[in-house]
Amino acid sequence: MLKGFPGTLAGLGHRTIEGIWRIGAGARLFFYIWYYLLESFKRPRLIVREIFATGVLSLLIILVSAFFVGMVLGLQGYNTLQKYGSSEAIGVLVALSLVRELGPVVTALLFAGRAGTAITAEIGLMKATEQLSAMEMMAVSPVARVIAPRFWAGVISMPILAALFSMVGVLGGYFVAVPIIGVDAGAFWSQMQASVDFRDDIVNGVIKSLVFGVVCTMIALFEGYDAPPTAEGVSRATTRTVVNSSLAVLGLDFILTAFMIGA
Amino acid sequence: MERTTIDLWVGAFVALGLAAIFGLALKVGNLTSSNIGETYTVTAAFENIGGLKPHAPVKSAGVVIGRVDGIVFDSKDYEAKVTIKLDKRYKFPTDTFANIYTAGLLGEQYIGLEAGGEEAQLKNGDKISHTQDAVVLEKLISQFLYSKASDNKSSDSTKATE
Repeated sequence: MLKGFPGTLAGLGHRTIEGIWRIGAGARLFFYIWYYLLESFKRPRLIVREIFATGVLSLLIILVSAFFVGMVLGLQGYNTLQKYGSSEAIGVLVALSLVRELGPVVTALLFAGRAGTAITAEIGLMKATEQLSAMEMMAVSPVARVIAPRFWAGVISMPILAALFSMVGVLGGYFVAVPIIGVDAGAFWSQMQASVDFRDDIVNGVIKSLVFGVVCTMIALFEGYDAPPTAEGVSRATTRTVVNSSLAVLGLDFILTAFMIGA
Repeated sequence: MERTTIDLWVGAFVALGLAAIFGLALKVGNLTSSNIGETYTVTAAFENIGGLKPHAPVKSAGVVIGRVDGIVFDSKDYEAKVTIKLDKRYKFPTDTFANIYTAGLLGEQYIGLEAGGEEAQLKNGDKISHTQDAVVLEKLISQFLYSKASDNKSSDSTKATE
């Protein structure tokens, strides 16, 4: 038992140092992106193309899952609320849980799976096939040409996707509550409007999705940029993107919620 | 500038996103229903505000006419000083009565205003002097029990004199 111990200890130390090194390198990449801020907005076409790849192509999965999430919320909420004779509050339940939590969080998780992995694999493969080094040879900064447009595209896409998620989710909840279950449509909307506050709920949800957009895109970009230039390295980096993004989103969501509700 | 299909898609995407945010704000949120335009501020002191919170509605005859702006504790009088923003369209006499009510049995608490008969009207910065505190259930029950007990005692004593 003791025989393996020094090896485990060394492995633990190695992992810790590796982790700290990666945080530092990620931060450096983050600053580089800001450094090339002007340069990347001088070529809006690049950003538009990346918004198409990350945002528009994620629309289908986001909208379909939003509708189903909304419908499930409607069914589950009704099931519990009708025991207390307040099934009209279903609109409030659906809207608040979507706008405050599920909209930003589920969108970020889907985004990490749908768009984040694509970014990581693309950049990792660019690195493996030495396209990034070729750019450097031509005095084109890969950060300005490849990384920064994808970052801004992700940051722009995420709040839009999250807002669409919340809206479509509310419609899904409406679809279950009003035509199927038979809750009064007027009560559904008016109770919702009475308890969803624009600044406290909707704007906070948008802020959350902005933060998740920065975090998810940044993790995807860094994992791709940092990937060992081999087939195995790219595949591992892609896995790490999903795992790290999901953990970061869920952890940050708790911290952000604590800030927003505590205030 | 040459246009591409990607531009069209991204444009539609951004427009959809903006529409969703507007939809959330107007249809789901309260951006339309809470449009109290110009306001004036009055204060009211309560000995006990119960569960009243900032942003709680201020109603008169059941109609929302303002919002609670802030609640602070006044350590001089040991009272809660509640700042209320009222819609400029609605004027109230200076002897208006401010009560704290509860909507339903478990609902949120709100301030109800009942107009008095005075000619002079409340102005910005005025203080509503007639107030009634929130009903605290424990107090109510203890009062009830106390009066019940004293009733019994008095009936006992009347029996004794008979």
